[in-house]
Amino acid sequence: MIWALLGVPTAAGAAAFFIRPDGPRRFLLLAAALAHAALTAACWGALPGPVLGGYLELDAAGRLFLSLTSVLFLATAAYAKGFLKSAGHSKEEEDAEGFLFDNAPEAVFIGCLLLFLGTMTLAALSQHFGLLWVGIEATTLVSAPLIHFHRQRSSLEATWKYLLICSVGIALALLGNFFLAVAARHHQDLLMTGRELAAHAAELDQPWLKAAFLLFLVGYGTKMGLAPLHTWLPDAHSEAPSVVSALLSGALLNCAFLALMRVNAVLCAAGLADFTGGLLMGFGLLSMAVAAAFIIGQTDFKRMLAYSSVEHMGVLAFGVGLGAAAPAAMLHAVNHSLTKALLFLTAGNLLAAGRTKSVGEVRGLLRALPFSGFLWLIGFLAITGSPPFGPFISELWILQGALGRHHGALAALYLALLAVVFVGMATIVLKMCHGEPSERFKVVPAEDDPWRLWPPALLAAAVLVLGLWVPRPLLDAVKEAAVVLGAR
Amino acid sequence: MSFWVEILVILVVLSNLRVLGASRLSACIQTVAFQGALLGLLPVLANLDALTVRLLLQAGSSTFLKAMVFPWLLGRALRQAGLQREVEPFVGFTASLAAGVLFLGAALWLGARLPQAGPEGLGRLVPTALFTIFVGLFVIVSRRQAVTQVLGYLILENGIYAFGMAFAEHQPLLVELGILLDVFMAVFVMGITLFHIHREFDHLDTDRLTALKH
Repeated sequence: MIWALLGVPTAAGAAAFFIRPDGPRRFLLLAAALAHAALTAACWGALPGPVLGGYLELDAAGRLFLSLTSVLFLATAAYAKGFLKSAGHSKEEEDAEGFLFDNAPEAVFIGCLLLFLGTMTLAALSQHFGLLWVGIEATTLVSAPLIHFHRQRSSLEATWKYLLICSVGIALALLGNFFLAVAARHHQDLLMTGRELAAHAAELDQPWLKAAFLLFLVGYGTKMGLAPLHTWLPDAHSEAPSVVSALLSGALLNCAFLALMRVNAVLCAAGLADFTGGLLMGFGLLSMAVAAAFIIGQTDFKRMLAYSSVEHMGVLAFGVGLGAAAPAAMLHAVNHSLTKALLFLTAGNLLAAGRTKSVGEVRGLLRALPFSGFLWLIGFLAITGSPPFGPFISELWILQGALGRHHGALAALYLALLAVVFVGMATIVLKMCHGEPSERFKVVPAEDDPWRLWPPALLAAAVLVLGLWVPRPLLDAVKEAAVVLGAR
Repeated sequence: MSFWVEILVILVVLSNLRVLGASRLSACIQTVAFQGALLGLLPVLANLDALTVRLLLQAGSSTFLKAMVFPWLLGRALRQAGLQREVEPFVGFTASLAAGVLFLGAALWLGARLPQAGPEGLGRLVPTALFTIFVGLFVIVSRRQAVTQVLGYLILENGIYAFGMAFAEHQPLLVELGILLDVFMAVFVMGITLFHIHREFDHLDTDRLTALKH
């Protein structure tokens, strides 16, 4: 089962490089996404056993994040069908600076997209810290060509920053791996998996363990987009095609979060939960504050979404750092992924219709593009934590956790930052939605491609349902995941 | 510590200083290749009396990648980019060397403070590894060209590799090869990106990549 989960996207991705005709290649993307989703769904019946001597195993936490990745990939693969039909063959487009540019070959795009799924699956399945590192670094490398799909200067700049900042960050996480090995040196034949290390946590060397966590926090925190290491994120998310942005934000950041949480679990088992909790809460609130500062007055609506991702990664770190709110943080990861994918896919529709990312040039969306405009509004309400959508529930649960632990001041700060982001985004989004359609939206193509409308619409429906009612299995799953990841 | 390991450690330190002081890019690339070869040979020389197939495989693959493939990839990127053969630092060469000496001092100090944990004889590798890591990070931030940033990344990787050898000898082969493959892919993808940057901008100066802000 585990081999199939890894093999399907990898084999399909390798094959996509060599299939010449467009039709079968696009079909392959969708078929592989469906197969991966079906395999993931099968894991909900019974968890498959470990393979490779325990290096790879799907546990409750891995299953939660793998499912998220799989669902988002399915939605984006369906959306990509519509996206590639319009973008795949337009030889020249005009960017904001007036330069003409081509798009990358579609075979490379689809191939890398599928390999991206494969590497994220590896990251979700790895129990061994070395292998986990290999998986996370591999996600960086296969996603770099995806960001550079639109062959223009700004996307190249974003790709370079992404590659360099993330590679250096993750190299430090490798050093963290070695520190972890040093911490475990008294126990010669210990396998470097989360479970083994947690079981022998008392024998680990504490100063080395703390140093290792700091390096992991820098390394995987860079990839996850925690401030102040988030600088690659707004560039990459805004310059990548919206299909890729949705995956980067909804799936990739979660993989890095999962990796960090696996290290956190070892430290919690070693009795250092207060140390890691304090750091996580601090960086979480800092990320929220930085994001809030940049969302206010943001002029590019995709960058606004990217900063919102920084904010929500901060919420996740804050929730986990609180300890008691760890299950809430897991639920929030689910809600954030679904909502952010909805928003990025809708942003892709806006971009395709108006050919601008500038907030100032977008007015009257509700009239010009009734369907996408409505989804944009829904997405905004959901992501800022308004009832009755999913993120409202999980953010409230995290707040409850903070108050339950008597962190009154931190809870107040958390609420204040959420409020600032709400106001900042409301100013931007409401202006975009209401009023007379602006110049670029006077004449827009009809919204008639179901592949570009239904994936975000279904995601919106899911977010709404999660706000009204959290299904029992999901609730159990997030609690189980939090326990696996060492919640107290 | 065996005589050969001692010599290697000294050579690694000297190669770091040479990267900081060299003004020609090709000299920097050669020095990093030399450093890669030294680190590839290190596990063999440190265990001369107990060679295993696993050890030879590991040493062979890392020497091949670090000393031959990476320099070749970077040299190719440099040739494609044409004329820019100078390093063009933000921080001058003398200042860089002075910083290097400071890093060396810091690495020795830190290395002495760390609890001895590795196998006997490789102890001096720890300050060397830390020094190499510092130099790598410094080169990334203090040099203007994209090629030099990749070089800095390679030096950083070398330092981490050296640290891993000093301490974590029980890394499984699978993981080790995975790490090597990842680094290889990183340099490969960076090389392709360099090619695109050059074609698009006609230069490789990263400080002029400033369109994206806020």
